[in-house]
Amino acid sequence: MRRPRIGEASELDLMAVGFLLPSVLYVVVMFIYPFLYGIWVSVHPLKVPGFSLANYIAFFSDEYQYKTVGITFRLAVPNTVVVVALSLFLAYNMRRGIWLERTITTILVLPISLGVILLGQGILGFYGGKGWLNQMLLALGVLEEPLVLTHNYIGVMLSLFMQQFPFCFLMLLGYISGIDPSIENSARTLGAGPWTVFQRIMLPLIAPGLAIAFALVFVMSFATFPSAILLGQPSGATRTIAIAAYAQAFEQFDMPYASAIAVIMGLFQLAALLIIIVLRQRMVLAATMGVGKR
Amino acid sequence: MRGRLWRLALYLFVLGFILNLLGIVSHVMVSSFAKRWFGTPLPRSFTTEWYTYAWNEFGLAQVLGVTLLVALIVVFLALLLGFPAAYILARRNFRGKPLLLLLYFLPLLIPQMTYGIPLATTLFKYGIGGTLTGVILAVLVPMVPLAIFILMPFFEQISINLEWSASVMGASRFQIFRRILLPLALPGLLTAGILILVNTVSNFELAFLVSGAGSQTLVVALFYNVFAGGVRPVYSVDAMAVMYMTMVMLLLIVALRFVRPTQMVFRLDQPRR
Amino acid sequence: MKETIDSLRFRITKRFGAKTVLRDFALEARGRQFITFLGPSGCGKSTALNIVAGLLPATDGEVWIDGERIDHQPPEKRRFGMVFQNYALFPHMTVFANIAFGLQLQRRPAAEVAERVRQMLDLVQLPGFEGRYPAQLSGGQQQRIAIARALILHPRLLLLDEPLSNLDAKLRIEMRAEIKRLHTSLGLTSIYVTHDQTEALSLSDWVVVMRDGLLVQAGPPQEIHDHPVSVFVADFMGFRNFFPVQVTAAGADGSVEAAGNGMKLRGKARQAFAPGASVVAAIRPDDVVIGGDAGRGNAFRAQVDIVEYLGREDEVIVTLEAGRRLWVRTAARLARGENVTVMLPPEKVIFLAAETAPA
Repeated sequence: MRRPRIGEASELDLMAVGFLLPSVLYVVVMFIYPFLYGIWVSVHPLKVPGFSLANYIAFFSDEYQYKTVGITFRLAVPNTVVVVALSLFLAYNMRRGIWLERTITTILVLPISLGVILLGQGILGFYGGKGWLNQMLLALGVLEEPLVLTHNYIGVMLSLFMQQFPFCFLMLLGYISGIDPSIENSARTLGAGPWTVFQRIMLPLIAPGLAIAFALVFVMSFATFPSAILLGQPSGATRTIAIAAYAQAFEQFDMPYASAIAVIMGLFQLAALLIIIVLRQRMVLAATMGVGKR
Repeated sequence: MRGRLWRLALYLFVLGFILNLLGIVSHVMVSSFAKRWFGTPLPRSFTTEWYTYAWNEFGLAQVLGVTLLVALIVVFLALLLGFPAAYILARRNFRGKPLLLLLYFLPLLIPQMTYGIPLATTLFKYGIGGTLTGVILAVLVPMVPLAIFILMPFFEQISINLEWSASVMGASRFQIFRRILLPLALPGLLTAGILILVNTVSNFELAFLVSGAGSQTLVVALFYNVFAGGVRPVYSVDAMAVMYMTMVMLLLIVALRFVRPTQMVFRLDQPRR
Repeated sequence: MKETIDSLRFRITKRFGAKTVLRDFALEARGRQFITFLGPSGCGKSTALNIVAGLLPATDGEVWIDGERIDHQPPEKRRFGMVFQNYALFPHMTVFANIAFGLQLQRRPAAEVAERVRQMLDLVQLPGFEGRYPAQLSGGQQQRIAIARALILHPRLLLLDEPLSNLDAKLRIEMRAEIKRLHTSLGLTSIYVTHDQTEALSLSDWVVVMRDGLLVQAGPPQEIHDHPVSVFVADFMGFRNFFPVQVTAAGADGSVEAAGNGMKLRGKARQAFAPGASVVAAIRPDDVVIGGDAGRGNAFRAQVDIVEYLGREDEVIVTLEAGRRLWVRTAARLARGENVTVMLPPEKVIFLAAETAPA
């Protein structure tokens, strides 16, 4: 039997199909189908027979519900901007490797693996009204009253930052250190100082990675659930759209409505992704044409 | 000179972040050993009673059992399903390939909360919501693609010439698999297995949405107990958190022996290499 | 475009952690010279170049240009031009933007920039390429653009880091001629780094042979080629036959007689060797003569082992009576198994101090 060479377009023979089928089936059955089912369910509300957009209308007429969109944006956007900016700063300055790089990257992996619950508990304790930070600042006389950093917007931002910064940083670090260092070197020998090098040479080359990072961090922040509950005010100021969906599903037991909210959430994320893709294409066209021909 | 300032800022930030992290984690640890602690830098007296309390009150034996069972089964199934798919994707190009890759990518790209609700709805509809099976099936959804994307580069690195030369020397397909591919793919399997293990143990959203009374993993149980708030003493919840953390740290230590930190966030960024 | 430095002087040591990559590597040179750092991979030649460029700091030592110490100057202030092994063109800019980059940083008026870029493209024989992107160019074209980009700023020193290594053989020959042409017409002081001795010999006024961070030999190409000072350098320069022998007699004029391994050899040495000293005799395959009297000095009977056809000549391996093998380049068409006499002309045999044998 003739074996296809790597890179050669080929028909899928029986073996290939057999190898692919189980996982394809799994993803289709367990992901695509529920997704479609969720959409179908969302337009067949509990109280209305047949096809109806009642759930969606209800969502956008109920202030308590549609407010969550604004709240979630107000959490996700600043968080994404701060995370990506700081990650860029750090990753760019570490691109040639720094002292203790392995240790630092290992420590940064911790928040990702520890998970949001543990971090949430810890943030509540450390940053709480009677936590170590406030105790220290009060004892030092820097403050007169403790800072309220938990059970509010700030608490949620702290938690989101701690989870997503390491991930974004590591991703950008990998991306930036993949850029050929001699490009930078040649710019230096042509008379460009470090800031000019960053602005005119490196930033355009990093832009695609930045766009991806921005997209991923935003999408993840937009779906925030446990952080908003543990460290915020889930029934008030930090009631995110994910909480709204959850509440409908497991408190009100209104699955169709919950699915509708999930669909709405998904659509916002999709819209954000598309905007970022379009912006990136524009950037690519303007500045990076010709790059990446490998 | 300016360069030095930037470096200083960088190290300060990293230091700040690490101190922050240490502060958070150690607060949880100290609290778990505190008899009572309120407003003072350190508790006045220490005890280990909260651990036994947590173990008994939260039914941790059962929870740990669930967690381990789910983790091991998910790893096994993810590798079982992902291994052959990764092989084909690494070796062949065909007309639907980009679409297929997108399909696999979706469960990783779309946040678990977004598709978790429809998924939970579906599972409950078919009666397996809230059961161990349901949790396993749910958590498996993003893990199969993860396994595939981790294994693909490993297969790409195994030159197809190795298979061809074995074939020329008369090896059957099965022999090639058993004696050439499998041993060479072992590091990849190990890496994938470990990463999936860590991801499964710390998976929250999907495990949470599909969980039922007897099918809570450690993270989910932890969340419920934190959320239950005033009913449970915070020290006992912290004790449980420490137990969870120890478990994950042990896994991490093992994992990092085989895997670089950057690989742990392997999320399909376009590799420039 | 004739302005270039008058003198270059440095002595540098470089350590990366525990590893010493350059040990007191020193050079003193006049302007307008084409200087080559020649050595195997890892000998520190690129590191030395990067230090001179200011891209790497030296652990210890100084770099002096025209009597002025420059080690603390950042690279963007040194006014050197540099050409990299992988061209390092900015992928997101056109050829025009690449070449004009340095000029635009100097805020030169647009008309002047456009004109100078056009002249530069003519100089490297790629007229009209302004609008293309690096990804659309071949290796040789990219390299020429890289050279143009460096030269347009009238650098006072040109640094080239193995610029031809990534090109295929034919292109390498063409580009070598190109670089030679540019140097001849512009007269720029240049430092060139390579592991290829053909490039070093053909391009340079001065060759510095390096090994493990140390300077092993420095001099004009003919000197390095004809009179290598060590087995390492000789091996690099194409001496493929090395025989460990003992000195039996040494004359004041540099003539040496030695014996060992069943051979007696006469030749020359640049160093003074005492009788009994262990030395290595070396001769190029091209210098070995087929035929002649077996009785004369340096002549041996041998049997032909392997013959490789190279076109104009054959590369032949013969086995001497004493059992040693000899590489010979000859136009005489020999046959496998043939018995011949080989003669090593004494004026072509050199004696070098014994050291670890080359691989």
